[in-house]
Amino acid sequence: MRSKFWPATAAHAVLIAYAVVALFPVFLIILNSFKDRLTIFSAPFALPWADTFTLDGYETLVSGSHFEWYFLNSLFVTASSLLLILVVSSMAAFALSEYKFRLNLLTSLYLSIGIMVPIRLGTVGILRLMVNLHLVNTLWALILIYTAQGIPLAVFVLTTFMRQLPADLKDAARIDGASEYRIYLLILPLVRPAIGSVLAISMLPIWNDLWFPLILAPGEATKTLILGAQTFLGEFANDYNAVLAALTLAILPPVFLYVIFSRQLIRGITAGAVK
Amino acid sequence: MKKRGSFPVHILVFLGPAVLIYTAFMIYPLCDSLWLSLNNKASSGGQIFVGIQNYLMLFSQDRWSAPFWNALRNNLIFFVIHMVVQNPIGLLLAALLASRIRGSAIYRTIAFTPTILSVVIVGFVWKLILAPAWGISHALFGIVGLSALGEYPWLGTESTTLVTLSLMSVWQNIGIPMMLFLAALIRIPDELMEAAKVDGASGWKIFWRIQFPLILPTVGLIAVLTFVGNFNAFDLIYATQGALAGPNFASDILGTFFFRTFFGYQLQPADPFMGSTVAGVMLVIILVGVLIYLFGWQRRLQQIQF
Repeated sequence: MRSKFWPATAAHAVLIAYAVVALFPVFLIILNSFKDRLTIFSAPFALPWADTFTLDGYETLVSGSHFEWYFLNSLFVTASSLLLILVVSSMAAFALSEYKFRLNLLTSLYLSIGIMVPIRLGTVGILRLMVNLHLVNTLWALILIYTAQGIPLAVFVLTTFMRQLPADLKDAARIDGASEYRIYLLILPLVRPAIGSVLAISMLPIWNDLWFPLILAPGEATKTLILGAQTFLGEFANDYNAVLAALTLAILPPVFLYVIFSRQLIRGITAGAVK
Repeated sequence: MKKRGSFPVHILVFLGPAVLIYTAFMIYPLCDSLWLSLNNKASSGGQIFVGIQNYLMLFSQDRWSAPFWNALRNNLIFFVIHMVVQNPIGLLLAALLASRIRGSAIYRTIAFTPTILSVVIVGFVWKLILAPAWGISHALFGIVGLSALGEYPWLGTESTTLVTLSLMSVWQNIGIPMMLFLAALIRIPDELMEAAKVDGASGWKIFWRIQFPLILPTVGLIAVLTFVGNFNAFDLIYATQGALAGPNFASDILGTFFFRTFFGYQLQPADPFMGSTVAGVMLVIILVGVLIYLFGWQRRLQQIQF
């Protein structure tokens, strides 16, 4: 026992130290967003008490900006993109895992280019395309781009998973006269864990993106939460209450999603990286 | 009813939507952008094919080459800092978590938290913490008796801004190598380590002689993911320092340079042709990194295994 005690203690010490480093900045922001301006500066590490508690920052936020719109925009863009990614990628993955046809390998390779090549590098072309389609400053521009961006990894993860499904079930359904479309619908529930992983790994890059909202949809009506926060933080840079409140509100949604989806997220990150 | 060799319509139906969306909104714009990089504005107002002239201009004409080489150099430093700070710490955390330490799930969840936050948020959080005006960094450096360092404008000084931004990015992204290393370490069968332990090997020795060689594929994967991520980075610098990547372009990397070039900023007009050219160079850099990984690293590892 003695020989195991010190290494374990040292390991805990390192991990606790890192946990502090990881969480401290986040706590500091949330904590101070509820304090009055004087206390933010005079006692930044103190907890907010009855006499220092204030929601001033949040009030500035509500009156000075349209965070509720931004939030709904982000929600709509993220949810629609995820739905599209799941539908089209699971269909493609089904075809690639189920049928032998001449272009199978080539199609897989073609789709996997996007795993490594960042879609951002095509931004000049994307902007031109969106201008021609009259989609600039619409949420659809974002949804289509995020769907295209999410397809490669989603197809890869889902294909890998679908290949492992036993053939018996599908063969039995075929003997019963089920169409190929019906078989696809039949196996969808069987790949639920993989769908969870795809959802979890695709969600955060879409929710957190700044690049495409900035370029394709910077208008007031189509701002996402992250772009809205970025603009607001720039405008109110010296109003610490408002900045801290905005940061707190922007931190909460991903943390909330993370708490719900952390298992799928971890599985997804590792599943996407096995090969 | 099905005839032999009949056209497999259902395959087209299944593949169609994904291939169409992916082609229209990812592959086509990429190709369009590469094509634009071989063109430039004609004096008549339209566009004219100029071959690789834009690239030559980017590399050698002072107006373009000075900011380009500056951004490329900064980007390399940005990448090196990630490789020597982020990935070793990620490995250390993963090795500790893989040792079945009590509470490892909680530690893992906490260490991954910064990774889920938006880069914009991370940028502002650290900007506030490092701001001499607030005094947080003053107090933190004070703990180790160096409170004078807390007064230093880490982000506002040319010589320190890039390193500071890199470390902010490291803080955020450490969760990714940690998770990937952890997944690889957990897959190693226990018997291997048990056998070595019976032979009296220390934990240190077991790690470097048995576990580390077995996770070499993951080391390569993390290196290439870091490479691609870093040479495509933009958000953190933009959120913290703005499109001008100040002070005096000291934190300018390829992503911010690309943005200013094609989108325009202040007095510089938007230039889609030169913007595409910058993107073309970034694409080549990223492809070279990926190819080195696929053919240099993975191939070699496979040869060792056989």
